[in-house]
This record gives sequence, C-alpha cells and structure tokens, in this order.
Amino acid sequence: MATMVATTSPPRALPSRNASLWTAALTLWEREIVRFYRQKARVIGVIASPLLFWFVLGSGFAHSFRGGATGSDQYLSYFFPGAVVMIVLFTAIFSMMSLIQDRNEGFLLSVMAAPVSRSAIVLGKVLGGATLAAIQGVVFLVFTPLVGVHPSLTAIGISVLAIVLISFELTALGFAIAWPMDSPQAFHAIVNLLLLPLWMLSGAIFPASGATGWLRALMRVNPLTYGTDALRNALFPAQTTGFSLSVNLGVTIAFCLLVFAASWTIVDRRTNKPAA
Amino acid sequence: MASATEKTTAVLKNNPAWMEPITLDGLTHHYGDRLALDHLTFQVRPAEIFGLLGPNGSGKTTLFRILSTLMIPTGGSALIQGFDVAREPNRVRQQIGIVFQARSLDIKLTVGENLKHQGHLYGLKGGTLKRRMEEVLTRVGLLDRIKDTVETLSGGMQRRVELAKGLIHSPSVLLLDEPSTGLDPGARRDLWQYLRMLRDDEGVTVLVTTHLMEEAEHCDRLAILNQGKLVALGAPSELKSEIGGDVVLFEAASEASAAELSAKIANRFIVSPTVMGNTVRLEREQGHKFVTDVVEAFPGLVEGVSVARPGLEDVFIQRTGHRFWTEKTEQQAWPPQKEQ
Repeated sequence: MATMVATTSPPRALPSRNASLWTAALTLWEREIVRFYRQKARVIGVIASPLLFWFVLGSGFAHSFRGGATGSDQYLSYFFPGAVVMIVLFTAIFSMMSLIQDRNEGFLLSVMAAPVSRSAIVLGKVLGGATLAAIQGVVFLVFTPLVGVHPSLTAIGISVLAIVLISFELTALGFAIAWPMDSPQAFHAIVNLLLLPLWMLSGAIFPASGATGWLRALMRVNPLTYGTDALRNALFPAQTTGFSLSVNLGVTIAFCLLVFAASWTIVDRRTNKPAA
Repeated sequence: MASATEKTTAVLKNNPAWMEPITLDGLTHHYGDRLALDHLTFQVRPAEIFGLLGPNGSGKTTLFRILSTLMIPTGGSALIQGFDVAREPNRVRQQIGIVFQARSLDIKLTVGENLKHQGHLYGLKGGTLKRRMEEVLTRVGLLDRIKDTVETLSGGMQRRVELAKGLIHSPSVLLLDEPSTGLDPGARRDLWQYLRMLRDDEGVTVLVTTHLMEEAEHCDRLAILNQGKLVALGAPSELKSEIGGDVVLFEAASEASAAELSAKIANRFIVSPTVMGNTVRLEREQGHKFVTDVVEAFPGLVEGVSVARPGLEDVFIQRTGHRFWTEKTEQQAWPPQKEQ
C-alpha cells in the first residue's frame, strides 16, 4: 500500500498548517476586544452602567424592604454581590448577541470553514465575551467602600477569581443558547425565560434561608447560586452564606467546564444541514 | 491494519482521477424529503475556471456548502485534492479558499486586521503572514487601504478584500459563490481579470457559481445544473456548437396562434419546434433564409421574428425543455445575443 502511494505524485498540497488551538482562540478573542473598544458607546456603558444599576436598583429595593428584617444600608450591602452578578450577566448576554450578528453577517461562515478545532471557536468567542463581562464586574468592586467594605488583597483576589468564573460560565451558557439562533429577538425570549430567573434565584436579591421549601430547592440546584455565594464569602466574611468558599468555587468551576463542553459539542456537530 | 478511510484514500491515490482538484462521484443531497442534488458526477480540471450555472433552486448553493465543508452530503462523495469533504474536513479546508456571497468581513476592523485574523486561523504568523498580506493586497490593488476600516470601502473594494481574505493561505482551489452580486460592470470586469491572473500565474483552480449567462461565458468549462441534476458539461463554445445552426424565434399574436404556427411549421418543414408562450422556437441552419420561407408560407401568423446565434440559454432550453428564468425575469434575460 505504502509503495503504491509513493509512486504517484502528490497534489499541489500546501504544508500542513492547521492553526494551533491557542493561536486561533487568541485571534478570535482579540477580535472581540478590538470590536469592543472601536464602539465608544459600549466603552462608556462599561464604566457608567455598573454604578447606575447598583444605585437605582439597590435604593429601590432598600425602600421597599424597609421595616423588615434588613434595613436600608444592610440591604444595599446584601444586594452588592447580586448587583455584580447582574452586571456580569447583562454583559455576557450582550456580547453573545454578537454571535447571532456574526452568523447573519457571514463572518461565522468563514470561521467555520477554516481548518481550526471547533473548540478554538468556542474558546475564542467565550473568552472574548467573558473578558468584557469580567472587566465590568471588577470595575464594580471599586464601589465596595460605599457599602462600608474595605476588602483585603486576598478578598479582592478571590472576588476577581469568582467574577472571572461567573463571567465564563454565563458567557458560555449564552453561547450555547445563541448558537442555534438566527434572530436577536428569539435570543431575548430565552434570556427572559431562563437567564433572568437564574439570576433572581441565585441569592442575588433574597437569601435562600428566607425562601419557601420548593424555592429553596430551586436555588440550591441553580449553579449561579454558588458563584454569588462565593462573592459574598469573599467580600462579606461576616454575612452568613449558604456554602463554604471551596464548595462555591468548586461547583462554579465544574459548571464552567460543563457549559463549555456543551457549547463545544453543539459547534462540533457536522450534519446534513447548513452549519452556519 | 489500515482503516476503511485509509484504504479508500490509497485506492484513490492510484487513480488518475485523484489528480483532478475536484471530483464528484454520485454526489447526492436530500433536505428531508426534498432532493437537492441528484447523483452528480463530474470533475474539475487543474488550473481552470469552472462555472456552476443554474437558476435559483438548481442546487448550486447546496453543492457550494458541501464543497466548503459546511455541510455533509447525504450520499456519494466529493473530493478536493484527493481529500473527502465529509471525512477529512480539515485537510480540505487547508486546500480551499472561499469567497462567500454574503460579506464575511468584519466592517468594524481594518482591512489589515481582517486579513491578520484570517491568516491566524490558517496557521500563518509573524513575518510570513505580513508578507502574504502585502502580496494578496497588492494583487487586488488595495495595499494602500490596509489601515482603513472596512466600512469606509466601497462595495467593489470590499469584494476585493474578500478575495484577498480567501487567498491569504495560498489555496490551490478557490471557491466563489455568486461573486458578481452587487458589483458594477467595472468591478465585475476587474474581478474576472483577477481570477484569470490566479489561474494563469499561480495555477489556482477556480470554481464559480453563477446564475448569470454572461458570467458563465467567461468560464473555461461549465456544469449546468437544473433541479439538482447535471444537464450539461463542457466549454461554453462547445456546448453552444452542439446546437445545430441558428436559434430562430417566431412571435405569434397569442398562445393559440403560436400553437397553430408551430403545427404548420412542423408539418411543412419536417422539424420539431417548441412552443413557449407566444413564441415558437427552433434550431435551424441558415436561419435567415428559413425565416423568409416561413413568413411567405404563413403570412398572417407571424408577428415578429428573431434569429440569433445560440447562447447558453439555448443549451439550457435544449437540455431541459424549459426556460432558465421564470416568467417575471425572462424579459431581460431573453433572448441572449440577438443578432441583426
């Protein structure tokens, strides 16, 4: 067999040059970042929106809950980790809408037709979105003194780690949802149906301890609960949290891997139907 | 132990057919129950500009998707430079450059950035990539626009950047889907000049899908598709010369009188004309003389006459029995290349 192959002249094949996973992922990541800072409105949004969300929502909730077990200032500090997660969630959703745009514009076609591992496509896109989401979340940490918290370097480090993990899991989840879709409207419908409840039931706006049985069970299986809780661990060691930091980080990392694997599987499928 | 795939590849590598850059063997595709490609078997030769001509719905786009590795066929096989598009997608992807019909450029990025990302996806880096970017941009005449964002370029220039993007990794086969869409005649001419240059200077095999007759005329060889079937294959001049003589059209006042005229011509001259609406069409040597005979024989029935050298549309009609275009569009497309 081998000799027969050797006797025929080869085609005008180029030397094998599949891009490495990291080269491909990195270049797609870079594209996301460059696209971001070319659009000035988005850059302004990154800085301005965290403050606005926290102030307006937090004040509003605090007034509604006044007279209850939590006072105004206490509620603002309870809501702080939840606000960070919300900011991250919005940015993650927003950046994955660009996937639908890429698909409709044809950019995705040219990526899918390139000799790169499908995991590189997922990784580049998700890391790009996660980077932007994480930057917003970390910017928000600047406001911790407003709720009377002056975190130590370790606390900041753990917070940043938690924010990065939450950004990644939410962006990857957004990717898996956005991939089969061709309209932003359909994506929004799913976001309202799935992602917003995910946030509401993560302990972001009310603690699981005060919830009724079935709600508490839902909050326990919600993977986002552990991310929010990890942030609370780091920033407010005094507040009672549902789980220990190691459990929270462990579950969050596991969920990151799970949604990434799910996205990869979806993208890796080659079928008898058009790929992009 | 060689796997089934390796065996197939080895067998193919002993076959002269392997030298053909694109080989289709019984390629078939279904979307659910609908048959989109029906056992296509043909080959594209090295360094030729090969056209896939067909009306909308003929299966061109389906074939393009399969060749660009974005979809796997439901039956048969397609090989590019000896690699199976369904089983060895990444080997095929290294060989092909693709220019999609839709814009694949990122308009927020510069021309250079678009090419850089594309290069990275194909494993090009550093100095090699930089040189290659300069080469392809020089080729399409846009080196001076390397730092401009794509949204500031005209449609024709964007299409040239698309071409440069498709060529960045020096593919041996270039696939273009309806490349003239949205281009003015000047830009269209330029595009074809680039394609010929690629073929002649670098030996690139070019496959172009099109629904435009005049564009198909530029191709070295053509495959004409209709409803997923191959209806004709060959050089445009060859295909046209298979039609005997001139194409003669008689316009009648109504469909009924066209049918009557057709019957009378058939009876008198022992030919078999086809009726399409108000028009009676037939192929005939010495068309001019024949027209005079018919008009003299049936004075009241003929409203208008045209005699033309056969065009690709006539090839299509002869093979399929119907026109290329639907009623709405046929006004502009028919008849091609009218003489006299």
